[in-house]
Amino acid sequence: MLQEHARIVQFISMANEVTGRKKLQKMIYIAKKMNFPFAEKYELHMYGPYSEELTLRIEELCAMGFLAERCTDKGSYVQYSYRVTGEGEGFLEMADDAHAMLGTCIDSMNAKSSRFLELVSTLLYFDQLDKDEQIAKVLIVKSKLNFTVEEMTAAFEFISEMQTYAVQ
Amino acid sequence: MEYKDEKLVEEKVFKDPVHRYIHVRDKVIWDVIGTSEFQRLRRIKQLGTTYLVFHGAEHSRFHHSLGVYEIVRRIIDDGFSGRPEWNNEERLVTMCAALLHDLGHGPFSHAFEKVFDLDHEQFTQAILLGDTEVNAVLRRVAPDFPQKVADIIGKTYPDKLVVSLISSQIDADRMDYLQRDAYFTGVSYGHFDMERILRVMRPTEEQAVIKYSGMHAVEDYIMSRYQMYWQVYFHPVSRSAEVILTKILHRAKQLHASGYIFKQEPTHFHSFFDKTFVLEDYIALDENILMTYFQIWMKEEDAILSDLCYRFINRRLFQYAEFDPATEYRKIGELEQLFKEAGIDPAYYLVTDSSSDLPYDFYGPGEENERLPIYLQMKNGDLSELSRSSDVVDAISGKRRTDHKIYFPEDVLEAGKAKNPLYGRILHMLKG
Repeated sequence: MLQEHARIVQFISMANEVTGRKKLQKMIYIAKKMNFPFAEKYELHMYGPYSEELTLRIEELCAMGFLAERCTDKGSYVQYSYRVTGEGEGFLEMADDAHAMLGTCIDSMNAKSSRFLELVSTLLYFDQLDKDEQIAKVLIVKSKLNFTVEEMTAAFEFISEMQTYAVQ
Repeated sequence: MEYKDEKLVEEKVFKDPVHRYIHVRDKVIWDVIGTSEFQRLRRIKQLGTTYLVFHGAEHSRFHHSLGVYEIVRRIIDDGFSGRPEWNNEERLVTMCAALLHDLGHGPFSHAFEKVFDLDHEQFTQAILLGDTEVNAVLRRVAPDFPQKVADIIGKTYPDKLVVSLISSQIDADRMDYLQRDAYFTGVSYGHFDMERILRVMRPTEEQAVIKYSGMHAVEDYIMSRYQMYWQVYFHPVSRSAEVILTKILHRAKQLHASGYIFKQEPTHFHSFFDKTFVLEDYIALDENILMTYFQIWMKEEDAILSDLCYRFINRRLFQYAEFDPATEYRKIGELEQLFKEAGIDPAYYLVTDSSSDLPYDFYGPGEENERLPIYLQMKNGDLSELSRSSDVVDAISGKRRTDHKIYFPEDVLEAGKAKNPLYGRILHMLKG
């Protein structure tokens, strides 16, 4: 009960801080694709896989006082960062123990840009397709982002790395 | 004449309580409706467990799918056709996508997907692209036609205008389900002037927009949606039925995993319990089959499974109490412990549930959110985001409302509190 909320708090606690709503969305999606137990349902939206349920859960956790949201004006846009509050650390007692590899997975993702994670998560969204078809799909749905061949290569390498941390 | 252009000798109509008539002239549409996968939607209710609260809500996804098709057909044939921004080559594929957008829904979709970790949208794709009757009809149009339909529904189709007709904040899907669900539940919310909206809808490269003069009709639509969510879709009694339904499926799955011998083998569920299902297994399921199992399981030896099924079939639902997770999460732990001490399994009889809705939201630059806003087309042709012109919409834009409840078997606790003081203590904690 409230396990799904607790897992999100645990995830952010393990990351220490996540900067950017988009980045957080993609990190949870990638973790979910690596079979870590996240229940939020995702659909393809403007920035790739996006979960309304996760947005709602984050808003709830902020309203409950378990997460702190910091807002930074970046000129043309506003950036949000998330940390776990003292009250949230108490709430973490509700969470089951995290999988041993989740922390490594989070650290690797948190070191990447949100643009890169957007590419990785969108490729993963089409992972039932062959590699060439995956790339073709991404180039259609992300036509405005002009991903380069180098970025594609790096994204596939990153996916391979993530798969070594995946829950079997 | 090519199959894609073939027309029926005489137009066929389906009498419909919401749109009066559903008109079918295209042979492809008629053939798709006749496939077994589409007919299966007759056996899946549009509103799942809501019929236990609003007894009229027995309408199916078949009704709704035809309704979405009809709205899209009217938008294209009566509104967009002949306008330079609209490519009429997209007409048939758009209408097929409208008709088939819910094809992958399973029985009691939400609960079934949650328990078995499934996604109906993936099944929609699989039915469209797999070895199915629907696929065979669509392939007769062109080899890549099933994929095009799947791409529109999956929102990966290059023509964004086409996608927006099926999936946006003012799309044919929502316009149909709000009116249809209002009609069948009998509530007075959910009504808006769709004819007016269709008359003022205009095609642009990126999405369908609304002529400025239609703003008030759109305001009415947004408010209808807001009311329907809180009065119908999130009704706490309907949620209680959904909670019990979910727990039935969880219990059956858990019993199977523990090697329990069912009196009646749940053969339809085996491949879902074991995660070995194929598309054929999924298509074979419908709500009639699940209800039959629930009837049979009322006689099972397992007390929890039989009790939950009895509750669902006979509408002996759980009671609910308000619950604030921010201040009361520790209380949940205490209640779970008390339930265990009282001999009631909290995994099945103590359930928290949240409902939440965002009636309308707009997309700002950066990372505000991911929703495409509704645009008004001003007199000079410029586009203006709806909440900038509408005070009514501005008042509810971006405002999410959330409601938390805790469900429990009050009947058992009330009946047993005289003998077992723990029951009384639990009731006091839950109800104050």
